Amino acid sequence: MRSPRQRSEPTEHGGYRRDPEGTHPPLDSPSYRSTVLRHPKQPLILLPHRMTELTGPVFGEDRIGPVDHDLTRQHAAEPQGQRIIVHGRLLDGNGKPVPHSLVEIWQANAGGRYRHTGDRWPSPLDPNFDGVGRTLTDARGNYEFITIKPGAYPWGNHDNAWRPAHIHFSLFGTAFPQRLVTQMYFPDDPLFAQDPIFNSVPDPAARQRMVSEFDLARTVDHWALAFRFDIVLRGSAATPFEDEEHEA
Amino acid sequence: MTELGSTPAQTVGPYLAIGLPWPDGPYATVEDAEHAVWIRGIVYDGAGVPVPDALVETWQADQYGRFASPADSNEVATGFRGFGRCPTDLEGLYGIRTVRPGPVREPDGVEQAPHIDVAVFARGLLHQVVTRIYFPENERANAADPVLTRVPMERRDTLIARIGPDGYRFDVRLQGAGETVFFDV
Ligand SMILES: [Fe+2]
Repeated sequence: MRSPRQRSEPTEHGGYRRDPEGTHPPLDSPSYRSTVLRHPKQPLILLPHRMTELTGPVFGEDRIGPVDHDLTRQHAAEPQGQRIIVHGRLLDGNGKPVPHSLVEIWQANAGGRYRHTGDRWPSPLDPNFDGVGRTLTDARGNYEFITIKPGAYPWGNHDNAWRPAHIHFSLFGTAFPQRLVTQMYFPDDPLFAQDPIFNSVPDPAARQRMVSEFDLARTVDHWALAFRFDIVLRGSAATPFEDEEHEA
Repeated sequence: MTELGSTPAQTVGPYLAIGLPWPDGPYATVEDAEHAVWIRGIVYDGAGVPVPDALVETWQADQYGRFASPADSNEVATGFRGFGRCPTDLEGLYGIRTVRPGPVREPDGVEQAPHIDVAVFARGLLHQVVTRIYFPENERANAADPVLTRVPMERRDTLIARIGPDGYRFDVRLQGAGETVFFDV
């Protein structure tokens, strides 16, 4: 995605650290066919971080409804499927929690079907499941959703292609370069090996950061399984330098 | 200090429309704000075909160059959010209701020409692409802008909005002839 020449340029007056090569998928990832006509062919131009990139929108409680974090309570009855708690911390690359920050999710139902007119695969919709959630992280950067485990679904990218079960996540952090849309996966999914979207992340260690952990301690007896998914947004480059100065 | 590796980006996929659009998403400022305009445009793929499953997000200063963010200590204009979000429709069209931003004065004294940061998400984009909207009225400021001057002269016009019937027009070409300039943020 970026050339070494561009990466060697310094980050001006305290921007956000640039991620190492291999952290994010290259936009040109031909095994995911939809990238073929949608990836830019010209090189990206380095954008130094100025005011527009050192700031970002902040959203409050007014954007969140009372059951937005609980996807099992948005209808008259509960949805079909395995009830799960999905929780974790939103951190920046310096290990600092990101408090009071908007987290948005969307997902398929237990059978792998999305409530979207474009999704026509023959698995039934669930009248009690929309598959959309929203919450704010708390003062320590923690978030929690209650939902059901999404099913895998076929998608026609290649012969007998199936997406591993996943939940789409959207995060803001506090500045424009921290904006992240990703997917959370479940541990040990046998569908990983054939999925070009999961495998589009070149660095295997980075790829594993998209896989949630089964969290026995947070399961609730006779009620729900639990998965932990910590999310890391880019860290500010300014902070470590400032700390070093103070420590010196 | 521990440095943690970032969580990788993944595509929004084809069903972003169930999770990301908000009823008030396109309103970076309130509908009836003074000098409010629409910025409209079509997102095209490399075959020149409109992209009906994209999402455009915008982030900008108000008409006085102030950001609605805790990192900017100045008050913004009333009703100004500075953030817009709009999915493309079946014709690939998006629209953001906003005001033309003012120039942004940086702590180091540099002045940026009025501009809007834009992120585009879509099925087939494994990571958002980022571009900027500049304005045709600001020819002199554009010529001195610290970001625009990094862009080869012959590609700069892909970043300059055109005057439209109720504001501005800014198309995004993801690939091919007239490809929009995208930035490594
Ligand atoms: Fe999906």
